[in-house]
Amino acid sequence: MSHQQVKFYQTGTLTVGNRLLDKEERTVQATIDRSNSLDSGHRACQGCGEALGARYAIDTAMRETNNKLIAANATGCLEVFTTPYPETSWTIPWIHSLFGNAAAIGTGIAAAMKVKGKEDVRVIAQGGDGGTTDIGFGCLSGMFERNDDVLYICYDNQGYMNTGVQRSSATPGGARTATTMPVGPEPGADFDKGKNVPLIAMAHEIPYVATASIDRLHDLEAKVKKAMSVRGARYIQIFVPCPLGWGSVPAQTVNLARMAVESGIWPLFEGEHGEITSVTKIRKKVPVEEYLKPQRRFAHVVKNPETLSTVQEIADRNIRKFGLLEEQE
Amino acid sequence: MNDTKPFAITLDVGGSLLNKTGSWRTERPVYLDRLPPCNDMCPAGENIQEWLYHAENGEYKKAWLEIMKNNPFPAVMGRVCYHSCEDACNRVHLDDPVGINSVERFLGDQALINQWKVEPGKSSGKKIMIVGAGMAGLACAYHLRLFGHDVTIFESSSKSGGMVRYGIPKYRMPNEKLNAEIHRIQDMGVTIELNTKIDDVIATKEKYGFDAVFLSIGAQNAKLIDIKSDQSIPSLSAIEILRGIEDDVATGLHGHVVVYGGGNTAIDVARSAVRMGAKSVKVVVRNSQDKMPAHYEEINEALEEEVEIVPFRSISEIKKGQLILEIMKADGKRSKPTGKFESIEASVVVQALGQNVDESLLDNLTNLKLEDGVLEVDAHMMSAIEGVFAGGDMVPSERNVTVAIGHGKKAARNIDQWLQGKFQKPSKKHEIADHSMMNTWYYSDAPRTIRPMLDVVRRQSGFAEVVGDLDETNAAFEARRCMSCGNCFECDNCYGVCPDNAVIKLGAGKRFEFKYDYCKGCAMCATECPCGAIKMEPELI
Repeated sequence: MSHQQVKFYQTGTLTVGNRLLDKEERTVQATIDRSNSLDSGHRACQGCGEALGARYAIDTAMRETNNKLIAANATGCLEVFTTPYPETSWTIPWIHSLFGNAAAIGTGIAAAMKVKGKEDVRVIAQGGDGGTTDIGFGCLSGMFERNDDVLYICYDNQGYMNTGVQRSSATPGGARTATTMPVGPEPGADFDKGKNVPLIAMAHEIPYVATASIDRLHDLEAKVKKAMSVRGARYIQIFVPCPLGWGSVPAQTVNLARMAVESGIWPLFEGEHGEITSVTKIRKKVPVEEYLKPQRRFAHVVKNPETLSTVQEIADRNIRKFGLLEEQE
Repeated sequence: MNDTKPFAITLDVGGSLLNKTGSWRTERPVYLDRLPPCNDMCPAGENIQEWLYHAENGEYKKAWLEIMKNNPFPAVMGRVCYHSCEDACNRVHLDDPVGINSVERFLGDQALINQWKVEPGKSSGKKIMIVGAGMAGLACAYHLRLFGHDVTIFESSSKSGGMVRYGIPKYRMPNEKLNAEIHRIQDMGVTIELNTKIDDVIATKEKYGFDAVFLSIGAQNAKLIDIKSDQSIPSLSAIEILRGIEDDVATGLHGHVVVYGGGNTAIDVARSAVRMGAKSVKVVVRNSQDKMPAHYEEINEALEEEVEIVPFRSISEIKKGQLILEIMKADGKRSKPTGKFESIEASVVVQALGQNVDESLLDNLTNLKLEDGVLEVDAHMMSAIEGVFAGGDMVPSERNVTVAIGHGKKAARNIDQWLQGKFQKPSKKHEIADHSMMNTWYYSDAPRTIRPMLDVVRRQSGFAEVVGDLDETNAAFEARRCMSCGNCFECDNCYGVCPDNAVIKLGAGKRFEFKYDYCKGCAMCATECPCGAIKMEPELI
């Protein structure tokens, strides 16, 4: 269990900070001296979930490694909005590779550090879902299979947002993208396609795999912390809503992540060496409509009772499969 | 020197801080303090959210001092206040309102145990005369001492405390707590002259050289109706009975007690009668039970103690040891007689139909008269005579202890300003923090800690205090249920959820600031602020 929820004390561990909690139970994000690895002035859209997720994850990793951290970054939104030449928003050693080889670059940096005897310097490779689940998948699987000492973080916004919102293998069924328009008898992305990379990562039996969401900061930070406490190949996929690609209001980004978790659409779990070791329970279960409705990409899904119930079935299946509900007392 | 740039660009290599993304913004977030509904409702003007904030952290003295800014009687009010604050509490939309009253009581008791004190202000050389040592007079005296004025209270009874002592039975208000809180005010240098009835206010004022006067004689004369009677059953006044209980003299309550009236005083007499061994206690009211003006908690506790409420009846006649009641029926908000009668057994009838202000005080004040039984005052609590202020039950307003304490404070502030020659305009009220402005998802589920109640049998046989205390662990727990509506409690959410790192954390107790150079105006901070302390305002372009 990576994160034990504190239930009382006004807001418990639900808010970013809480003056009533013990110091060690507080988040990195609540500290005045967090590293702000991804600083102001970047060019992400208003309310960008990925910018938020990246700062959450990298700040935590920085704290855990005493700031001895190098990041390799695949092509994608995160790379484009943080580093338009000649500016950079990163306050850490950071390297942009190609679209498909961030995992391989990470492997190379880790090998170089080992050769130089600097194994205290840790390596993160990161990218969006396109660079991870599609284009970089070969390199990623190789990194897993060799158990290279790299933490790979995928910021999952469910599509190629940077290039104009095309479908990726992480795009959910029903979603409208530029390449899956809501036309014809089965509008939007197909329901029977796509891949679940966290489970594929687990199939490699690597030391640590987790899913996280930007609405559960305590949970997210605990997972990054756990990942940095072990060596070998590790994988975290963070759910990061995209106002531009999803057609949602920027202010709703964190709330959409919350609704994805609370509905069962985005199950939060951890796995070690191929076995699931913990799940984060749903706090107050909501129907999938709460998650779908604020997004224009699902407008046609919400209108059609049949597709709506298909999405609800997916959520219910997750709840069953991962045991996401607290057991009735 | 060669200053050509690499490639075809004109910018220097550097961090993204050069890129002021604040220019994208059409709306800007602004921190603000909204008025929590509890504070808004409190007749004594307590800053409840603020003192709960200190109590959450276990800083009980700080919390108590915050209460004392507005109310010198936390131990009393933690017992007898009807806590309209809790009725307004936004937490009701989640589970139950915060037990504000229990925490206030806990803090008040802590202050008495630890003998916490408040220092009077630097002497101003001004002298104020107060008539009546009830809650309004005592509260006014306390606040005047904070301003540094000398205060003398003249009280006609043999004890101070007014209706809290003489009108509220001991099972709700133990004397030692009341005495201790009054002593604390006396220790600040307030003189109380007991057994001193003032007949001529102006003459007394001039004789001792007082600079201003505050009248707070309350409303202590019972309203009595003439009941047609052959004197076979005695008819008594509620206020006299409650006074008798306090002074330990025979009250005449015995056998089958019938109380006439539906207010808090009626319930107080009924519950006292239960404790004094009455065979049965009935409360006769002209209308339905839910239209009774008494507080619902008191009615419920009375019912638990087997007091019977007899609705839709009026007392018609006392005849041959029987009480004749006329049956009433609903008529809109009121009730009307039906011409049908019934009789019930009664050993004693108690009238609890309200109280009037004693007019004799005003005999020598030629400019002052009671209108509709009360004394008119202006917005500054000043009567028609310059420098003579009044408050409490004798002026037009709701009659309860909390209102009286609020009057005392308001009058003291106005007297202080009047002595300085000018009334100040009251500051504008903040916008009320409605729960729709909040993101209540963040608050932990935490049901209310109900104060332990004495079991019914123990209550029926004595005047022991009915509602028990919170202890330190559950008092803090109860305080932590406060959602801090409209006021930042430094949960760090805005600091955390900003994708642009455009919020600066200033450190514990200092809250936050926006970096408007980089804030893109996404409004995530305002949306995710649990307590509604951030507002989006249009950017003026």
